[in-house]
Amino acid sequence: MLEIKNLHASIAETGLEILRGLDLTVQDGEVAAIMGPNGAGKSTLSYIIAGREDYQVTQGDIFYNGRSVLAMDAAERAALGIFLAFQYPMEIPGVATMEFLKVAMNAQRKARGEAELKVPEFIKIVREATAGLEMDMAMLKRPLNVGFSGGEKKRAEILQMALLQPKLCVLDETDSGLDIDALKIVADGVNALRAKTRSFLVITHYQRLLDYIVPDRVHVLYKGRIIKSGDKNLALQLEQNGYADIIGAAE
Amino acid sequence: MMTNLPKTAAETALIRQFAGLQQQGVFPPDTQRAGFLPSLPQRQAAIAALGAHGLPTRRLEAWHYSDLRRLLPDIAAFSDKIDGVELPPLLAEAPVLTLINGRAGEAPNSGNKVFKAISLAANSEAETQYAGFDTELEDKGAIISQINTAFARDGWHIEVAAGNKAVIELQNIQNSGQSHSRLAASVGKAAQLTLIERQAGDNQASFLSFASRLELAEEAEVTWIIVRQRGLNAAELNRFQAILGQKSRLRLYVVNLGGQLVRQEIHVDLAGEGADFQLRGINLLAGSAHTDNTMVVRHLVENTASTEIFRNVVAEQAHGVFQGMIRVAQAAQKTDARMACNSLILSDEAEFSARPELEIFADDVACGHGATVAEIDHNHLFYLMARGIPEGAARILLIKAFVGALLDELPENLAGALHKVLAAWLESHFTAA
Repeated sequence: MLEIKNLHASIAETGLEILRGLDLTVQDGEVAAIMGPNGAGKSTLSYIIAGREDYQVTQGDIFYNGRSVLAMDAAERAALGIFLAFQYPMEIPGVATMEFLKVAMNAQRKARGEAELKVPEFIKIVREATAGLEMDMAMLKRPLNVGFSGGEKKRAEILQMALLQPKLCVLDETDSGLDIDALKIVADGVNALRAKTRSFLVITHYQRLLDYIVPDRVHVLYKGRIIKSGDKNLALQLEQNGYADIIGAAE
Repeated sequence: MMTNLPKTAAETALIRQFAGLQQQGVFPPDTQRAGFLPSLPQRQAAIAALGAHGLPTRRLEAWHYSDLRRLLPDIAAFSDKIDGVELPPLLAEAPVLTLINGRAGEAPNSGNKVFKAISLAANSEAETQYAGFDTELEDKGAIISQINTAFARDGWHIEVAAGNKAVIELQNIQNSGQSHSRLAASVGKAAQLTLIERQAGDNQASFLSFASRLELAEEAEVTWIIVRQRGLNAAELNRFQAILGQKSRLRLYVVNLGGQLVRQEIHVDLAGEGADFQLRGINLLAGSAHTDNTMVVRHLVENTASTEIFRNVVAEQAHGVFQGMIRVAQAAQKTDARMACNSLILSDEAEFSARPELEIFADDVACGHGATVAEIDHNHLFYLMARGIPEGAARILLIKAFVGALLDELPENLAGALHKVLAAWLESHFTAA
C-alpha cells in the first residue's frame, strides 16, 4: 500500500514549491488515476515517488507498505517494487537495450537475494514479453531508446515493467505521443499485469487512456494537492465539463 | 628564457647511466641490425643533446601540459633482472613477441610464412641498412627520440610481405628497472596487419622509452592497438610514427589505463594519395596519473583523410592531455580532417587538457575540431537507478558506454577483448554497489 501524507516538495535548485500538502492512498491491487491540468504537479509527484534527487521534500512523508521511502535512493525504491514508466524515456547511447535489461533484472534479483538469471532463461523471458507487446526483438540490440519512435519508447517502458514485475507501477502520461493502435497495445500490456498484489498510479491529462485502463479511483490534482477524489465516473465528468467546476469549488 | 637550469636528479642519472653503459661496452656493435639500432656516434650525439638542453619544461610549447622536469623527478636504475613474464595474448590466436625488461624473447613460430619477426639485438647482420628512426637532435621537444637513440638496445623488426595478412601481439613488460626499445614494422602492398602493442607492468618503480616506426605500402591496411596497463610508479615515454603510402589505411587505437607518467606521441604522415588515418583514443585515468597524448598528423599530398576521436574519463587527481595538431601542406588539396575530444570529469580535482590545432596551407580542405567536457548525465543515472541498478553499477555502465562506443568500428573479437580490458579496469577502480 502506498500512503502519501501531507507531502510538500519543491524543486531543489530554485526552491519553488510544487506539491503543497498532498494526501493520497493507493491500496494493493488498486488502479488509481491522477488527473489534472498542466502545471498541477503530476510529473513531479511521479518523480518524487521514484526517488529523483532534483526535488526536496520539505514536509510530510511517503510510506510504502508502512515504511518511509524518503531516505532511499531510486535504486533502493526500485528494489522494493516501485516502478516509474517515464513520460519521456531517456535515450542512452552506448548501452545496448538487452544488456540494460539483463543488468536491471539481475540487480533487482540480487537485491531480493535471488540468483542471477542464466542467459537462455533471460532470452526466453524477454522473447515472450516482447511478443505480447508486438515488439521486434531486433530492436533490443539497439542502444537504449536511441532512435526509437515515441510509440516504441512507450512500449519499451511497458516491456521493462513486464520484465521487472514491480508491485507499484507509476505511469507518467504513458498515453502522450501514442496513436490509438499503440495506445491499445500499451493498455493491453498494462491490463495484463493487473493483479491483486500490484497497484497502479496512472497519471494522465486526458480521459482517453482511462477507457482502456479502467481505474478504481480517480483523483484530481491541482496546485500540488488532491482536490477531489471519486470513482471512474469522475473522469467522465471531467471529460465533459473540464476542470473549471471542480477547481472553482475547491478554491 | 632561462638556459642554465641546474640539472635534475633524472637528468644527471641519465647522463651517468649512459657513461656507465658505454664503459661496460653493452651497446650492440654498429654493424648489427644497422639502422634499426643507433650507432655509437649517434648515441653519443643524442646524450650530448640531452645534456645540453635538459628535460623539457612547460615553456616548450609541445610539453606545455607535461613539464618533465617536474613530473620526472627521478628515474629507476637499470637492472639485469628478468622481472616479468609473458601475458596471455588479448586474441588467443595471436603470436606474441615479447620484450621483458627491454630484452626480446624468442621469435615465435619460425616457420611462419605470413610475417617475419627478427629481434633487433639478435646476433645477425642486417640485410639492409635501415634509415627509419629519427634522432631529431636539434629539436628540444624531441626528447623521446633522443633518449631512445641514446639507450635503445633491443626491439623487433616485423615485415609483412605484399598481400599477406598477419595478427601479432607485442608485449613490452616492464615491472621494475629501466629499458629502451624499438619496433620497426613494414607492411607490404595490399598486406594487412593487426598489431596489438601491450605496454604492461606492475606497481614497482620503472622507466622506459619505446619508439615504433611503421611504414605502409600502397593499399596496405593496419589496425594498431596500443593498450597500456602500467602501474602506479611507472614512467613511459612512447613515440609512435607512421608513414602512409597511397590508398593505405591506418586505424590506431590508444587505450591508456595507467602509469604514473605517460607521454604517448603519435606522428603520422599521410604521404600517398588516398591515404586514410583514423585515431581513436581512450583514457581511463585515476589516482595521480598523468597521461599525455600528443599527436601531429601531416597531410602532405592531395585527397587524404584523417579523423581523431578521444574519449576520456578522469577521476581522483588524475590529469589527462590531448594535444592534436593537424598540418595540411599546400599541396594537400581536398584534405578531410576531423578531430574531437570528449571528456567525462568525475572529481573536482581531476583535469583534462585538450588542445586541438590546425595549421592549414591549402585552400580547398574540410577541417574541423571540437572538444567537450561533461560530468555523468544525472538524468541517465536516474533512469538506470529507477530500474533498480545501484548507483555505482549505473555509473560504470554509463562510463563503459561512453568510452566503449569507440570500439564499435573494430572487428568483433578485438572489440570484445578490449571491452573486457575496460570493464576490468572500471570494476577495479569503482565500486559497483
